[in-house]
Amino acid sequence: MSALQPSEVDRPALARGRSAAADADRKSVSAALRRAEFGDRLRSLLLAAPLLVLLALSFGIPIVLLLSRAVYDPTIADALPRTAAALSGWNGQGLPADDAFTALASDLKDDQVKGTAYELAKSLNARLPGARSQVLKTVRKLGDDSGQPPLEIMKSVPFWSAPSTWPAIQNGTRSFTSFYLLSALDLRWNTDGGIERVPPEQAIFVQVFLRTFLVAAAVTLATLILGFPLAYLIANLPKGPAAVLIVAVLLPFWTSILVRTAAWTVLLQKFGLVNDLLLWVGVASDRLDLMYSRMGLIIAMTHIQLPFTLLPIYSVMRTIQPSQMKAAYSLGARPFTAFRRIYLPQVFPGVMAGCLLTFILCLGYYITPALIGGASDQLISNFIANYVNVELNWEMAAALSFILLVFTLALFGIFARILGLDRLKLV
Amino acid sequence: MSASQAGMPATQTMKALSALASAAGRGFVEFADVEKSYDGRTFAVTRMNLVVARGEFLTLLGPSGSGKTTTLNMLAGFERPTHGTITLEGQPVDRLPPYQRNIGMVFQNYALFPHMTVEENVGFPLSVRQVSKADIASRVARALDMVRLRQFGDRRPTQLSGGQQQRVALARALVFQPSLVLMDEPLGALDKKLREHMQLEIKQLHMMLGVTIVYVTHDQSEALTMSDRVAVFNHGAIAQLGSPDDLYKAPQSSFVASFIGENNTLDGVVDRVSGDQCRVRLNGGGELIALAIGVTQGAACHVAIRPERLNLTPASAGDNALSATVDGRIYLGDHLRLLARLANDQVLTVKVGPEATMANEETVTVSCAPNDCRAFPADAETGGAIPKQGKAA
Repeated sequence: MSALQPSEVDRPALARGRSAAADADRKSVSAALRRAEFGDRLRSLLLAAPLLVLLALSFGIPIVLLLSRAVYDPTIADALPRTAAALSGWNGQGLPADDAFTALASDLKDDQVKGTAYELAKSLNARLPGARSQVLKTVRKLGDDSGQPPLEIMKSVPFWSAPSTWPAIQNGTRSFTSFYLLSALDLRWNTDGGIERVPPEQAIFVQVFLRTFLVAAAVTLATLILGFPLAYLIANLPKGPAAVLIVAVLLPFWTSILVRTAAWTVLLQKFGLVNDLLLWVGVASDRLDLMYSRMGLIIAMTHIQLPFTLLPIYSVMRTIQPSQMKAAYSLGARPFTAFRRIYLPQVFPGVMAGCLLTFILCLGYYITPALIGGASDQLISNFIANYVNVELNWEMAAALSFILLVFTLALFGIFARILGLDRLKLV
Repeated sequence: MSASQAGMPATQTMKALSALASAAGRGFVEFADVEKSYDGRTFAVTRMNLVVARGEFLTLLGPSGSGKTTTLNMLAGFERPTHGTITLEGQPVDRLPPYQRNIGMVFQNYALFPHMTVEENVGFPLSVRQVSKADIASRVARALDMVRLRQFGDRRPTQLSGGQQQRVALARALVFQPSLVLMDEPLGALDKKLREHMQLEIKQLHMMLGVTIVYVTHDQSEALTMSDRVAVFNHGAIAQLGSPDDLYKAPQSSFVASFIGENNTLDGVVDRVSGDQCRVRLNGGGELIALAIGVTQGAACHVAIRPERLNLTPASAGDNALSATVDGRIYLGDHLRLLARLANDQVLTVKVGPEATMANEETVTVSCAPNDCRAFPADAETGGAIPKQGKAA
């Protein structure tokens, strides 16, 4: 091409040729780049693979399995296959036909033989309070060789003829259920197929969720009020004293949360140090009930959470050059104006990060409310633990966990949307 | 005015001072016996007397730790003098917080507000003064035009280069029309080429706006380029105050002579003082007639000679001449630096035209007019003992 004089060449054609060639070049270059980068990506993925596998096996899969229990519960369906078949045509009004009773009787007999009767009784009891003893009683009667026909035995137990029993059984024979999730929000299906609130005397979880969020908010606010000035002080002190203060803040951080909570149970006793001090100073005229109270719970949680709020704020404060404030003053801003317009907007991401961290951690508090809180100060985690450890109702635990997770993620999403996720620097 | 400044011998500086002060009616900014101590024992600034005239470009020049930034901070209001008074337009400002002094300030690290756009940064001093929105917009636009950054108004400071950021800082310090602008090593973070360009730009702004500028730097060439007057700081006090020309041609102390420009220093003993001249017997042998700047007979002294004031001749000749051998040639295009080794192995730098023919190892004679040699007392001044006077009563 270099041999041709430009004047001899059809210029547009040349330009087209060039651009086509350039396009082809670009394509081959980007393809080559992709190939080169693919190797890099593969290598970094391989390096991270052990961690990813560990996370998936020990964290991801168990969580998914547990949470799936909130909506998938085949216990009743597995235990009552014939009943399920007999009820498939039933419209849910009144009592089902006698063949459903017979089917249930034979299912119960089988269950006793298979040893799944207790499981069934427990699972049914979660939906139908009092069902456990009735099921076990019926199973015992069916097992007695009294010669009485199964149908009569069934009819002789009033429980099986109660209006709420059969809809609950029919509901339970569906493996996928919204029962637990609705219960976690104090809701249930009514007989018309609509959703309604459970009666007030059975409603607990909405109140517990609200309490959890309120306690978390109070602790977050308290850590912010205490932590912000301290972070400011540390960020503006000379290196030596600042290091001492940072160690003082971090020192409790290195102790287990259980130990710190136990320490607070000592301090907060009616005849403990805090009450002694309050009386001596004269703030309180009588000894306060700090143990097993909301106040004591918030005090202990605030102490434990303080570093989580403080450190992100401190790390942002340290990046703000002192000359920024000097510049603001020299430009005519009074100290409060300079603080509000120059300092605060710059530390705001740190404040949000610290508060969000503390708030989310508070939502999952378990040990501290268990040890320091009273009966009316138990947070949602205590209920979840109770369902897992005591009631052995993993479905309910899973449902509560799921609702808590959804709330937490929604809250995080709202914060992220308001602030812009890029401004949230989690240290 | 007190004439008692440490290490500030006298007449020329005082003349310049009083001339400027009277021209302005009175000093625009005055430091009267100002001292600053951080620990109660040593002084960061001691017995500072300084008058800045309205519209003047005054540079505080000195090595780090010499007290120039402390002086600037006291003027800005970030530090309070331990003793003495600072007046601004005749009013003492000691009790005035920085935000009421109406002084623009430019910082070395720009100190732009990263969470604001360029326009918001420049508009900040106006908005805290409750200027109306429309006024702010037009004045910000004019200020950004002035530093040629109009099109960058909606960017964030971090999206600009260092030079652009410093121009934003300039616009911000000037937009509220302060009568005094302080600059604390504003070009320190820029590379050499950009620095020289910005020097010109600041100088042009100064001439255009007629604003008084007090400028701090440790770069002597920057001070000479930009200033109407330069105050050379050493150990917390002004060693010399004068025009760049004054300081270069007539340094009053060995410190100023070596800090400003380039100098050859020869050590010797004063043989005889007669009038304003003296005869110095050099330590390595040889004699020089030099201007006597505060030297006494029989005392040790330093003789300072500018490289461009030394003459090189092939043969031995005349007065004020020393014989030497050429030890090296440094070619610099417009001129040539010859290194001339004296009998005592001391090497003098001589600046000659590029056509000079002297070769290495050639024996030459270095000579200098007596008026171009300045003899200073070889006392503590050059060594660097910090004067720790007691607090002035």
